[in-house]
Amino acid sequence: MHELAVAQALVEQVEAVIDQHAASHDQDASSSDAWQASLIRVRIGPLAGVVPELLASAFPLAAAGSRMEHAELEFAHAPIQVRCQTCGAETEAAMNRLICGACGDWHTQVVSGDELLLESVELETSPSLTPES
Amino acid sequence: MCDTCGCNLTPGNKHLAFKPVAKGATAVSVLKGLLAKNDDQAAHNREHFDRRGILAINLMSSPGSGKTALLEATLTTLKNEFTCAVIEGDLETENDAERIRAKGVQAHQIVTGTACHLDAHLVHDALHHMNLDGVDLLVIENVGNLVCPASFDLGQHLNVTLLSVTEGDDKPAKYPVMFRAADAMLLTKTDLLAVLDDFDPDKAEAHLRNLANPAPVMRLSARKELGMDAWYAWLREQLAAQRARVALGQSRRPAIQSDGQKYHSTTVC
Repeated sequence: MHELAVAQALVEQVEAVIDQHAASHDQDASSSDAWQASLIRVRIGPLAGVVPELLASAFPLAAAGSRMEHAELEFAHAPIQVRCQTCGAETEAAMNRLICGACGDWHTQVVSGDELLLESVELETSPSLTPES
Repeated sequence: MCDTCGCNLTPGNKHLAFKPVAKGATAVSVLKGLLAKNDDQAAHNREHFDRRGILAINLMSSPGSGKTALLEATLTTLKNEFTCAVIEGDLETENDAERIRAKGVQAHQIVTGTACHLDAHLVHDALHHMNLDGVDLLVIENVGNLVCPASFDLGQHLNVTLLSVTEGDDKPAKYPVMFRAADAMLLTKTDLLAVLDDFDPDKAEAHLRNLANPAPVMRLSARKELGMDAWYAWLREQLAAQRARVALGQSRRPAIQSDGQKYHSTTVC
């Protein structure tokens, strides 16, 4: 269950993103609490060794009380793609069979499918704290 | 970590970097490795090792496949040739560190409590409890587990993964994330092959190749001292290679990470 550790790392990163964004949008640092995350988009390839479903169930525990506790966690699909070093073809592969789909050689490189990425965060200001404009 | 040059972009995620902003919200594109903090700490550990000319190896396997027995035999042979040190990771007990100390080698035990893997911060804290003066080889014996340790960079230069012949030759197919990360796979307890009729070392190797992993496969028995010379020769080769890299101011990361870096560097730019 290392997904809880991954969820905690995710929360830390999103907190940093919110801080950074708030700092660049508000001169007054004390109002940075007004920003919160509404959507967190991550991309996890099957070869990253992190199970999206388990991360999704660990996330609310890690996010409780933070500025993303109401955020939706969205997973981007990350199919495994390998590039063959022998014939140059790029093909889809299964996670325990990373061989070239065209010529069958095992001298391949994973082009995608091992990502463990925080792709983007959507932020909004909480209505009660938004200054009238 | 790179936020500027776009090297985190892969053919798979490029479109997301330019996704239009949803109405009523502000989208912030991040494209950072989820474990960026761990990876930063790992990079720091690696710099630390390189500065001191230390080769760091992350030893991984399921529980009971003979990591500590391998270390006992290895240290007995190599301790007069190289200065060695060991970090042991277990959920509980100092048993493994005591076994290493009994060989006259410095060992620090990390007791993880319930955590199923070591991470870069735990290793960093351990390093502060150790005397690294003159150390050539640091072996980090990870928590026995074929799943979680594969996802956390510790700052090591090489991953060595053990597979004992009592476990089944299809383990690389069942645990692809772990075995894809191996820079060397050791088939251990081969003295038992004589009494096992269901483990085919060639099949184990074929499953590893199916993961596109060219890592050397060594068959050995630490207890019966079979096939150990090839392992020692590989270690000596790696120690020499690390010295050569340090002299040139270079470093190395475990194989899959440096490969992946060409496509989507998530930690180093």
